[in-house]
Amino acid sequence: MGIMLTKNAAKHVIRHIERRGKGIGLRIGVRTSGCSGMAYTLEFADNENAGDAVFETNGVKILVDPKSLVYLDGTELDYTREGLNEGFKFNNPNVKNQCGCGESFNI
Amino acid sequence: MALLQISEPGQSPLPHQRKLAVGIDLGTTHSLVATVISGKSTVLSDEAGEVLLPSVVRYLGVDECVVGRKAVLYQDTDPFNTILSVKRYMGRGIEDIEFSCVQMDRLRDAPGMVRIITDYKEVSPVEVSAEILKALRLRAEDFLGGPVGGAVITVPAYFDEAQRLATRDAAKLAGLDVLRLLNEPTAAAVAYGLDEGAEGTYAIFDLGGGTFDISILRLRRDVFEVLATSGDSALGGDDFDRLIAEQWVKQLEPYVIPVEVKRQLLKIARTAKEALSKNPEAIFQFRLLEQQIDLKINISDFEALSKPFLNRMLSPLKRAMRDARLTVQDITGVVMVGGATRMPQVQRLAAEFFKTTPLNNLDPDQVVALGAARQANKLIGNDVSDDWLLLDVLPLSLGLETMGGLTEKIISRNSTLPISRAQDFTTFRDGQTAISLHVVQGERELVSDCRSLARFELRGIPAMVAGAARVRVSFDVDADGLLNVSASELNTGLSTAITVKPSYGLTDEEITTMLRSSHVHAEEDMQARARREVEVEALGLKESVTRALKEASDLLLPDEELNIIHALELLDTALKVGDIADIRKNLENINRVTFSFASRRMDAGVRSVLKGQHISEIER
Repeated sequence: MGIMLTKNAAKHVIRHIERRGKGIGLRIGVRTSGCSGMAYTLEFADNENAGDAVFETNGVKILVDPKSLVYLDGTELDYTREGLNEGFKFNNPNVKNQCGCGESFNI
Repeated sequence: MALLQISEPGQSPLPHQRKLAVGIDLGTTHSLVATVISGKSTVLSDEAGEVLLPSVVRYLGVDECVVGRKAVLYQDTDPFNTILSVKRYMGRGIEDIEFSCVQMDRLRDAPGMVRIITDYKEVSPVEVSAEILKALRLRAEDFLGGPVGGAVITVPAYFDEAQRLATRDAAKLAGLDVLRLLNEPTAAAVAYGLDEGAEGTYAIFDLGGGTFDISILRLRRDVFEVLATSGDSALGGDDFDRLIAEQWVKQLEPYVIPVEVKRQLLKIARTAKEALSKNPEAIFQFRLLEQQIDLKINISDFEALSKPFLNRMLSPLKRAMRDARLTVQDITGVVMVGGATRMPQVQRLAAEFFKTTPLNNLDPDQVVALGAARQANKLIGNDVSDDWLLLDVLPLSLGLETMGGLTEKIISRNSTLPISRAQDFTTFRDGQTAISLHVVQGERELVSDCRSLARFELRGIPAMVAGAARVRVSFDVDADGLLNVSASELNTGLSTAITVKPSYGLTDEEITTMLRSSHVHAEEDMQARARREVEVEALGLKESVTRALKEASDLLLPDEELNIIHALELLDTALKVGDIADIRKNLENINRVTFSFASRRMDAGVRSVLKGQHISEIER
């Protein structure tokens, strides 16, 4: 399984990292909080931690800590435009339901 | 599903801990509040599902008031305590107010801004606006379930310092933290630009309740550049309502309409105007003095009535295009903002002027608030993706006074900020050791018709002949509109500098008047400039001839001195009369009568130089 990145998402990640000037890839994870229990984190990665699962799709390295991977396995990360906004979207097959605003979810 | 942005390591925001930021369109007739929910800019409605909050405040007591629809209901029955269109009074003195419905006698001039007299207390427009803003803040907090962290409030592009300051004060009074005051057309562009991903040059045609603004914006990836703005700060949708109401008042003559009835007529007129956007005719039944009256208006009558207003919109449109140095072919699209742009004749005017169909896919009433919300979300730090850079323009030209009280423009109006421009000047007199720099703002040719911003001096220039010193004056205006002027003499490196705030103290009225008068007086100004130029030339010539007479009196032929003195006297008289052609003639006359004297003097000069070189034998 693992974590996938769409071509479009990869393009944006590469652009963001270029603009930032440093970073080895993208770190994604989950943490507990929010109204439905858990929330995603999406950050630049500057180094690889021991135990990280590393995936590479469309030229982008994705790092996930082992705890988060349980919740994220099979997730596809996309970059879309919705109305006035654009940003990254998690398509996570593990999610049972999410809160109205979509910022947190549970499994 | 919310859309996420990439954060710095360890800085992912917690969900629902985003700061709540709102965008507020504080309008003359209606106000709106919007916020970004799950990445989407959304206008917030009240409990009744209404999005537009009428900008109407009704005072019920010293500390009691209602805002919006509840206040609108009483605009006819309680006109003195029900305040409409308060935006028109923001930062304005009584002399600035053109149309004030019924309240002229209920306004009191006070330093800085008029005050409105209600039955319970005197209120300042800032306080009234604060009530509207407070109502919107509460609406947002109800909806969002927490305190509003910050707000972006929009203002017309033409708002001056005083009006902006008044708006900011009102927000403060309403308990809002103002992240930024954003120009309305820019907010509209933000809403459209990001939604459509459109690039190109856009005209933002904004006919609100009280103002007409036209802005030419260039949208490129991540950059909104304002190329030019123009408008009419006293023309809006309200005026069209008034047209219809006045028409009815005329029909009801000779009956004298009481204030309350006028208010009612205005309200019906607004409904009629809105109806005419969809139907060819609007009819209302109205009870007056126990009589049933039909109030009627049809679209062709309305269009004929509003023709003068439409014509009045043309000159700001033309000016904006000229200032942007563009032709209508360069305009990619026209964005319509403000409910009044729904009027078919306004749509047609925009379409005909720009030769394109105006964009209407966002609600013209909401587009400004939507853009403001997006900007607020960004400013408060919820959205850390791409940075936008908003560029602004200089409202009036900046220049220096030169010899003879003439203005030398250094940076012209509508230049994109920040900007730097330098120009070289020189000394006018021999041995001049100082230059006085007078920084002015305005479009007119004579300094006395422009606004003085600052004076400073560059001293310690070594004595040189007139025209030998080279003084470079640089004007730098930063992104906040602050002007820094520096002057340096290039031969010696001597320099001095001063910082001034160009827009300080210039009211909207002054800016418009200054702009208008620069066009009205264009011909007159050209004459004045020509006269000053010839005068400066005459004074220079007079000075050098007088000096020559003194220094080289031995070279003068009999009668020659008298002739020259006589010619100088004639020039003096001509200068006093001030006729340009006459002064020129006298200048030529002096050149003629001094010609042989001048050549003799030059010969003598050459001889003395050659003598000095000890090569006088060669002459033989």
